[in-house]
Amino acid sequence: MNGFKIEFAYQHIIKNMEKKYWQSFGELNQSGSFQQKAENEFQEQLLPLEDLDDKGLLDAKSPRRDFLKYLGFSTAAATLAASCEMPVRKVVPYLQKPESLVPGVANYYASTYVSEGDVIPVIVKQRDGRPIKIEGNEKSTITNGGTSASVQASVLDLYDVTRLRYPTQQDGKEFKEIPTFDILDKTIVEKLAALSGKPVVLLTSTLNSPSTAQIISEFLGKYPGSRHVQYDAISYSGMLLANEACYGKRAIPSYHFDNAKVIVSLAADFLGTWLSPVEFANQYSKNRKVSAEKPEMSQHIQFESSLSLTGSNADDRFTHKPSEKGAVAAALLNALNGTAATFTDKKLNEGIKLAAEKLKVAAGNALVVSGSNDVNQQIIVNAINEAIGANGKTINWAVTSNYRQGIDTDFNTLVNDMNSGAVGAVLIYGANPAYTYYDSKKFTDGLKKVPLSISFNASMDETTEFCKYSTPANNWLESWGDAEAKTGYYSLIQPTINPLFKTRAFQTALLKWAGNAMDYETYFKDFWTKKLGTAEAYYQALQVGVIEPSIPIAAAGATFSNAKLAEAVTKVTAVKGSEYEVVIYQKVGMGSGSQANNPWLQELPDPITKVTWDNYAMISPALAKTILGIDVLGSQRDGDRYEVTPEKPVITINANGKEISLPALIIPGVHPNVIAVALGYGRQSSDPEKTRDYIGQSANKAGANAYPLVSFDGTSFRYSAVQNVKITKSDKEAYALAQTQVHGSSENRPVIYETSLARFVADPKQVLAEATHEREMLTEASNGEDFRKDATIYPDFVKPGAKWGMNIDLNTCTGCSACVVACTAENNVAVVGKTQVIRAHEMHWLRIDRYFTGDISNPDVVFQPMMCQHCDNAPCENVCPVAATNHSSEGLNQMTYNRCIGTRYCANNCPFKVRRFNWLDYNGSDSFEDNQNPLLGIDLDDVTTQMNDELTRMVLNPDVTVRSRGVIEKCSFCVQRLQENKLIAKKAEDPSLIRNVKTACMQACPTHAISFGNVNDKESDVYKIRNIEQKHRTFYVLEQLHVLPNVSYLAKVKNTGRHVTNEKEEEGGGNVEKKAGKNADKAHG
Amino acid sequence: MSRYRKILKTAFASLLLIALVSFSNNVLAADGEALYKANCASCHKPDEDGTGPMLKGSRKREPNPEWAYKWVNNTTAMVETDPYAKALKAKYNNVIMSKFDLPKEDIKAILDWADAYTPPPPPGGGGAAGAPAEDNSLLFGILTLILALVALILLQVNSSLRKLSDEKDGVLRAEPVPFYKNKVYLMTGVIALFCFGGYKTINAAIGLGRMKNYQPQQPIYYSHKVHAGTNQINCLYCHSGAQDSKYSNIPSVNVCMNCHKAVKEYKGVDVLVREDGTPVNGTAEIQKLYSYAGWNPVTRTYDKPGTPIEWVKIHNLPDHVYFNHSQHIKVGKQNCQTCHGPIQEMGEVKQFSDLSMGWCINCHRESKVDFYNKETGEGNKFYSIYEKFHNDIKNGKMDSVTVEKIGGTECQKCHY
Repeated sequence: MNGFKIEFAYQHIIKNMEKKYWQSFGELNQSGSFQQKAENEFQEQLLPLEDLDDKGLLDAKSPRRDFLKYLGFSTAAATLAASCEMPVRKVVPYLQKPESLVPGVANYYASTYVSEGDVIPVIVKQRDGRPIKIEGNEKSTITNGGTSASVQASVLDLYDVTRLRYPTQQDGKEFKEIPTFDILDKTIVEKLAALSGKPVVLLTSTLNSPSTAQIISEFLGKYPGSRHVQYDAISYSGMLLANEACYGKRAIPSYHFDNAKVIVSLAADFLGTWLSPVEFANQYSKNRKVSAEKPEMSQHIQFESSLSLTGSNADDRFTHKPSEKGAVAAALLNALNGTAATFTDKKLNEGIKLAAEKLKVAAGNALVVSGSNDVNQQIIVNAINEAIGANGKTINWAVTSNYRQGIDTDFNTLVNDMNSGAVGAVLIYGANPAYTYYDSKKFTDGLKKVPLSISFNASMDETTEFCKYSTPANNWLESWGDAEAKTGYYSLIQPTINPLFKTRAFQTALLKWAGNAMDYETYFKDFWTKKLGTAEAYYQALQVGVIEPSIPIAAAGATFSNAKLAEAVTKVTAVKGSEYEVVIYQKVGMGSGSQANNPWLQELPDPITKVTWDNYAMISPALAKTILGIDVLGSQRDGDRYEVTPEKPVITINANGKEISLPALIIPGVHPNVIAVALGYGRQSSDPEKTRDYIGQSANKAGANAYPLVSFDGTSFRYSAVQNVKITKSDKEAYALAQTQVHGSSENRPVIYETSLARFVADPKQVLAEATHEREMLTEASNGEDFRKDATIYPDFVKPGAKWGMNIDLNTCTGCSACVVACTAENNVAVVGKTQVIRAHEMHWLRIDRYFTGDISNPDVVFQPMMCQHCDNAPCENVCPVAATNHSSEGLNQMTYNRCIGTRYCANNCPFKVRRFNWLDYNGSDSFEDNQNPLLGIDLDDVTTQMNDELTRMVLNPDVTVRSRGVIEKCSFCVQRLQENKLIAKKAEDPSLIRNVKTACMQACPTHAISFGNVNDKESDVYKIRNIEQKHRTFYVLEQLHVLPNVSYLAKVKNTGRHVTNEKEEEGGGNVEKKAGKNADKAHG
Repeated sequence: MSRYRKILKTAFASLLLIALVSFSNNVLAADGEALYKANCASCHKPDEDGTGPMLKGSRKREPNPEWAYKWVNNTTAMVETDPYAKALKAKYNNVIMSKFDLPKEDIKAILDWADAYTPPPPPGGGGAAGAPAEDNSLLFGILTLILALVALILLQVNSSLRKLSDEKDGVLRAEPVPFYKNKVYLMTGVIALFCFGGYKTINAAIGLGRMKNYQPQQPIYYSHKVHAGTNQINCLYCHSGAQDSKYSNIPSVNVCMNCHKAVKEYKGVDVLVREDGTPVNGTAEIQKLYSYAGWNPVTRTYDKPGTPIEWVKIHNLPDHVYFNHSQHIKVGKQNCQTCHGPIQEMGEVKQFSDLSMGWCINCHRESKVDFYNKETGEGNKFYSIYEKFHNDIKNGKMDSVTVEKIGGTECQKCHY
């Protein structure tokens, strides 16, 4: 009877469920092939049997023989493995053990990640002498311990096999080793002396190191007429020049998103890639934490052409063509003065009106930022910020930031000088213009004409190839150094490993060549000891990692001059567009492409598109219909044909006189006339055959290079193409994209709860009313009182000590994916390669599900980090025939690899689809070498077996087992950290110490969206969030299955006047949902 | 009766007093010995000169009885100023004793213990006291065999007799099948063989890869018996990682040289022999150490580059097992010997336990944790989070908490 009642309750719930959140068009339309694909989750043939022909096992031609073959092989293999002698292992202790080192205990050193002007203070985890993990430095008030995907992945760059291992000299065609640095120094000094007055140019990316700046000025002093040119792959020169025009300072101020109640972003991806995303995401999140007690949050309005990470987090989002970017800024300025915008797109006009209203109301607690590199647009943005009173409040001119300093004209002049033979020597450090400059050929031609060219870059990249000398600099983890992210905010770098190869600091080379015998280490120590006063203060600073003003510098404005404003407005409004326009953007993981050979970043699914290993032409469904004839929304057949196979049709883009062919990826939310292309891909040596050896196996053949599409307008680089853009469907064969989008589908069960701020304030309980109602119904149906105990036939086990739980705030999760890479690094998660991702074999323990919802042409986006939920009633545990997965008394869903026999029943039974199966021996951990050959006879990507390399293996975390072929793995809640922390607490006899435990994802998160702790401890964050602070927003995914997850989520709250999807529909609202619903009905009918 | 009771009471009280007094004496002596082993044993011996002078009677030899207390806490400064200290330094190859932060009562306990020290009687002379318990299994085996044989004979006799009686009665019977052709016998035999063979095979299979009694030859014959046994050097002096790390750490060469700069030749009482009986020259083994360290004992300098010693690893756990020494030593307060056996009696080390999972689990099931008692405040305060067990103990539902109860037998205690 009870069973019937519960069944009835479920039926009722399912009936009431409406599909509101979708990951793919198939899911939206509920097409047949989508459902088929979702059911067939492994997407594999069951057994590699010959000639099965759908005739069943017994009628097939040779199943018996095959069966015997496999049986024979496994028996023989087992015997062989068993009878092998145990190998003799050696244990080699130190000759002189360093005092600070205890083998088996990790040391942590403060350092700083620096790359192309980015500065992130970090703590490096060093285990037995090798760095294995990067964490954010919580002592920094700029980042507050946040990191990004590239910081997390950078530890793997240290062990990159393509790193140059010694200084070389190009000898016509070959690079020959220079035996010692003394010989190198002697040759270079001679050559520099023989330049006869021609200038020496130091070409670097933005350098914000004060000690290096001093060394550079010493060096330049030694060679009169020489200069230092800073060149940024992604330029901010428009902003620098605009600030010079408006405020008389060629600098970038500090932004305070945390002081802003209203944020308007004009295509600035400040949560993903713009300027200092970790800092901004951290600030941004402070105003996005909302609770019934503090029902306040900032309002974020985004205007953009493509769908960026920041746009997907916005409360309200409006699209425009890239050519209208300046006009939108100008219209917003006018709207502040009461003039309505007059675009043909009415929605855009409304958006500008809305933004202007909100900005005015906020009275200074507002901020407008623009991602444009156009001086005029930035001047207008400055004027807007002046008009809304942001100058001095959310924009701080007392502390300027040094992240980007390159001026595009400087570099252009250099390229011209090089071509005219006016440059004597060029020393390149941290810049790769042969790849990132739009006119690569002009640069390399010029470079060839320079008598002395020296590259300090770490690998044989596109630029180094053309240099006469290569003297690789140390990796940042092997370096001394400093960085001044903002005026007065210093951060120090200390080495955490001896240089692995014969490399030398860039600064030491400059010192030697300037005639200073000191090496950089000594120079650096002297520099800081002098600056800080005492050696003690220096060591103290090294230990802490950051030097900051003891009292935060008060925010101050700068005097604004509107002299150039009128001219700027005229210029931007005069820009003509064309039918199609191209936006060139950066992906969150890949950025400018300097880390393109990092497989962790390549395999990281882009938060918006979920594509790995490639870039593509991102287009809207409407544009796809026009140029490709694919109607993904209207026609189910089209949608399926496009979506179910990984092969996507290729389109050719003609812009700025360049041509590029890319697979078309249909993403809703992109402006209907816009094609968005990501930078950072298509790395290639001059001889494409050599790319694999020179640049690396991960970067090789990954995507196409979009830098040639960038243009130069005489003042700055333009990251869009607005005129004479031609788009054609290419005849080229369809190109396979490895997209993880639908690999884990929840099959229509509701997993997201969302509401608007106004409704949340009115009734905080309403957002989870549905879930609460369901719970009550289920409890009632089972004649019970306690939902947890009575709604199940399984016994309820006590957790006598700690019970681990995690909470994720969907409001502050921006989808930046730092956690995904952190998890990969911490848990030795394997990289499988593009071919394997296409087959849904990716191994990530933590994925970020991206759901679209609402208006199909401009959808809202919700990100939901999804990992093992450690269910207390875990469906996976019941179906394991060998008890390889079971539950611990601390609430962990344990996975025991050495017991697993690979039936995959657990993965099949997991409603969250978080269990990953090792189809191959990715880590080389099996006894049989042959296990790395795939049985099914497909080609593997080079990178699939990257961990076979002894150098790359050094990155592995020795406390986490590498999994062998044929076993399931999944999130363990970083159990190694839990055990370590418990041990620390036991040793200190202090239970409160386990409150310090942090999982890798939680520690990496720049917005602190993830909390973790012992739920039995009433003082723990998780307990407080779930039961006190956020009890109105806490929900469990798929709660109605009664699997009792240990991961809770906080419902998303949007600060918008629009109707938010999951709310009960009101009069007039929700047209779009109705339409989607109709479509779904059609699909079923 | 009451008279007797009173006498009994008095007697009991005196006994208790005697016991207490002798016990407290023991505690003091043991304290001295423990402190000695923890701090001094690596360089000093109680009754003979080692790296440093013998401790017995040191207070009588020194300028005044208080000298030792000043010296221990302040060696580096005193060696420059104090004449007696200077003389000691000269006598002991310019090796200066490291400074120890020991309170006076501890130093006193050590020296008192050393003064009262008498060397233990040499082993082997004790006679029958240490004779091993007799193993009776052989006897039982033979008995079983004899009984089985008797049973068989009786069966045969029985069948013969029955045959005779049948013949006598004139009953006709078929010629009996000889026992080696008897199907019952044969089948019983086959089944017995199958069971025995299966048992052996399975046991052998389970034991594959287990290395109990593994005793490889090491690059240097290092005797734990000499160091930890006879010379009483604390295990943690060399294996210092055992209290901080997952590894116990093989000591680096510089730790060996701390003592062996002074100890140049082997003059100990123990006869050094390998397992196969070959004698070992202790002094030659010390020379091997010098060549690894690059130490020249004549000039007393490191004049050659050293090479690390490649010891053969004896205790190997599979890669998928996480074992932490400090958890067991520091938190679990286990002795090294619990897992490594009587290490202080081993010449070259051999693996004592089979290090199998069953062996681990058994111990986790039996061992009790130092559970926190909320009333008395005794035990490890960490365990105060186990509210339920605390209540159960209070209500008498359980009397102690084993490692198993706090998750010590769960998969992810050791596998992750």
